[in-house]
Amino acid sequence: MTVTTDLPAKPAAPVPALEGPSRLRRLLSPRILVVGAAVAVVGFLAVVPLGYLLHDTFVGDHGLSLNAFRRAYGGNTQAGRMMLDSLEFAVGAAAFALVVGSVLAYLQVRTDLPFKGLLFAASLVPLIVPGILYAAAWIFLGDPSIGLVNTLVLHPLLGTSPVDVYTVWGMIWVQGLHLAPVAFLLMVAAFRGMDPSLEESAAMSGAARRTILRRITVPLMRPALISAALLMFVQSLESFEVPGLLGLQNNIYVFTSRIYFVLRSYPIDYGSAGAYAVGLLAIAVAGVLLSTWLQRGRSFQTVTGKAFRPQPVALGRARPWVGAAVLLYFLVTVVLPVAVLVYASLLKTYSTPSAKALRGMSLHNYATVLHLPLAATALKNSLVLGVGAATVVMALTAVVSWVVVRTQAPGRRLLDLLAFTPIVIPGLVLGLALAFVYLRVPLPIYGTLFILLISYCTRYLPYGMRYASAAMTQMSKELEESAIVFGASWWQTFRRVLVPLASSGLIAGWIYILVVSFRELSSTILLYSPGTEVLSVLIWEQFENGQLTTLAALGVCMVLILVVLVLFAQRLGARTGIESDTAN
Amino acid sequence: MLIVDNLVKSYGTAARGRRRRGAGDGGAARVHAVGGASFDVRDGELFTLLGPSGCGKTTTLRSVAGLEHPDGGRITLSDRVLFDATRRVNVPANRRALGMVFQSYAIWPHMTVARNVSFPLDILPHGRRPGRREIDERVARLLEVTELAAYASRPATKLSGGQQQRLALARALVIQPELLLLDEPLSNLDAKLRESMRFELKRLQRELGLTAVYVTHDQSEALVMSSRIAVMNGGGIEQIGSPREIYTRPATKFVAEFIGTSNFVAGVVRTVDGAEVCVDTPDGRVVCRAGMGGTAPGAGSGVLLSIRPEAVEIGTAPPAEAVNRWSGEVLTRAYLGDAVDHVVRVGEREMRIRSNPTRSIEPGTAVHLTVDPAKVTLVPAG
Repeated sequence: MTVTTDLPAKPAAPVPALEGPSRLRRLLSPRILVVGAAVAVVGFLAVVPLGYLLHDTFVGDHGLSLNAFRRAYGGNTQAGRMMLDSLEFAVGAAAFALVVGSVLAYLQVRTDLPFKGLLFAASLVPLIVPGILYAAAWIFLGDPSIGLVNTLVLHPLLGTSPVDVYTVWGMIWVQGLHLAPVAFLLMVAAFRGMDPSLEESAAMSGAARRTILRRITVPLMRPALISAALLMFVQSLESFEVPGLLGLQNNIYVFTSRIYFVLRSYPIDYGSAGAYAVGLLAIAVAGVLLSTWLQRGRSFQTVTGKAFRPQPVALGRARPWVGAAVLLYFLVTVVLPVAVLVYASLLKTYSTPSAKALRGMSLHNYATVLHLPLAATALKNSLVLGVGAATVVMALTAVVSWVVVRTQAPGRRLLDLLAFTPIVIPGLVLGLALAFVYLRVPLPIYGTLFILLISYCTRYLPYGMRYASAAMTQMSKELEESAIVFGASWWQTFRRVLVPLASSGLIAGWIYILVVSFRELSSTILLYSPGTEVLSVLIWEQFENGQLTTLAALGVCMVLILVVLVLFAQRLGARTGIESDTAN
Repeated sequence: MLIVDNLVKSYGTAARGRRRRGAGDGGAARVHAVGGASFDVRDGELFTLLGPSGCGKTTTLRSVAGLEHPDGGRITLSDRVLFDATRRVNVPANRRALGMVFQSYAIWPHMTVARNVSFPLDILPHGRRPGRREIDERVARLLEVTELAAYASRPATKLSGGQQQRLALARALVIQPELLLLDEPLSNLDAKLRESMRFELKRLQRELGLTAVYVTHDQSEALVMSSRIAVMNGGGIEQIGSPREIYTRPATKFVAEFIGTSNFVAGVVRTVDGAEVCVDTPDGRVVCRAGMGGTAPGAGSGVLLSIRPEAVEIGTAPPAEAVNRWSGEVLTRAYLGDAVDHVVRVGEREMRIRSNPTRSIEPGTAVHLTVDPAKVTLVPAG
């Protein structure tokens, strides 16, 4: 057995001579080049804007100073009030979403709940109905004078109109309902991953169901609950749509709407906008630190990657009532908002349903939308940005997640952290920071689609990272090692084994980013200029002009586009999922 | 042909790079995964690295493959230096041109059976890549040998476990490697299939004249298949020898315990007369003629007698033979189908005796035990 013919003989002696050139060649290998480029881009996206933000906020005309903070927080700015409202809104919405989402997730995974499909349908809402439309729908429902809940239900019954969506509680309600499905999906995954025998053994030890829930289930779910709570908190904190549409009516400001307000008044005070942005960032970071502290020392891994099929808990006599509650939930969170949008889109001016209103229904608003001079531009821009951001982010994260998951490279933890950082940078803060960067850097980027692309890529980097690293982690390492042993170079392995095997995860991430790009508003609102409007900006403009029915029509069109995209995504996911069970 | 010399591999932080299998090597947080392993593999032999999980056998194999970067030592294959710590040579895995069968088979699920096999040829650089027709011929020939020809165009995931195993082998052989590495290739198969695949693998290895390094923790698998076995423990090699040597003359207590089961009796060497050693034990003098796996002991040194359960004769009548006899009382017995185990109390100790299934003695019965001096092995004490 000596078949060495096609191998170059490698005698032992002249090895030192090979060292010089091979080192240079190693530095120029595709592996180093591709990985180096990806790392550089991630570092650039995550670090540079924050650097400029801090610099421009703390460094004034006369060197280092806190003047910007004095202008933003001092005197009669009512900053204290604003911060309290911000926290109340973010904590309230996060808590509301978490409670609703966790209870529903428990019912879904662990009980014989009826209408289980409805909950999953409801979980698609935040993907399909962007926050700005959801808030608009709740204006139609909860406005004190025209809201249908008041005019149709409560006023005839009570003689008053107690529901007012333009309050902090109204904002918490809308934001919480919009986020609850995200909490639901996160907690469903956590409940599915928990070994039911941990609960069963408690039952065998004589614990009642309530005791098991309190002593076993909740403590085991604690890590998942904390990370979900953090995500809900940060997303509420950075939400611009809900405080922008609902809060500004009654002069309720939160950080995001305050930044927007400052940048829309003249003369523009970039310094104090930066000071608000830094404050917002500090609160988000405090949230991260708090959750890290709460998670300390809890490294037990009860929640494995394995999916268990537990015996469902029988709800018994409560089953019809719980079922009714789920129906009501679906009605309130999905049917009502979507129906009211459709209804409003058919009216000339918004009014309570009546014979007269029904007679006046027409497709007039849709005609208006089609004739909006910006509609075609906005649609095109949204598509270009969505596809562009999705492609760039997934290509980048495929490489970066490989480095983080599969190598022992020094600094890979830092890289992981960098790629995750944007998740705590509120969209408006990022928009502001990017404005700082490209107003100064002499590159023709400010005011083009390219700055929006940079912003989207940064914002969705963490999500792309999550999809890509999940795909990489699920793949057995031996699939990659075998390619290398059989002679494949790094690039060949990456292209011919890793990417095809991770493709379903990468495609899922691609579509997710495409979908969320469509509804991005909070960074776009600071960075767009004439010619680079996108769909969500168009909707915002209708709101500012008071064209609520045109907004509704535009919103219905947008929802339809997103439904098509999401359905397409699911079809694609289903197809690629069959091919390989290692990578679904 | 393959020479591994004083291989050292340690991990800075415990168990980071070697979470190979959940239940396996991760548990031990030793600093040295391999601490100075040396062995050589001869042309055409199937050389087995055998040991419990965490013993360093997989790390050793992966170092030969180039998937781990050792900290010290030297690995050469024929006249090629694959790794040399002192001269800072480390040929990357994809330049070593070895064949490897992974524990999980690592069949690429996005390719057909034939594409899986042709992959190592497809990715060769232009100059060295054979023509399309030759690639197809070589793939077809290997699929023929491994009895997979009928499945060539199927998706690789549609194969059964045994077929995937043969596919992994076909893929490993397509570049006609000098050396084939097998990482617990049978551990994912069910017991029946595993048994038949042992012979199948052995047949292919012999017929194709392959030189192979085989990693397993299954001692009976190692005994059936190997030309020679290196028993590993705690990152070092305890003994290298043919299956018969390893079984009949274990060099250490670990080897005697790990391969099969043994009764150990501590004692002190009384006299050494050529191959015949007399040992004093608490239960009397024992004559041993099987010798020792390692170096011969001198008179007065402490040793362990290793006596296989099947080497002991059990009976109720006093035996005629005068040497190596004990009397005791049956404590328990267990019927195993093809054999019967009796546990007998002798003095303060218990001895396990395996005999023909027709023999069955009530617990509580007084019995006599004898053992042939040629079947008593000495191993160093401790």
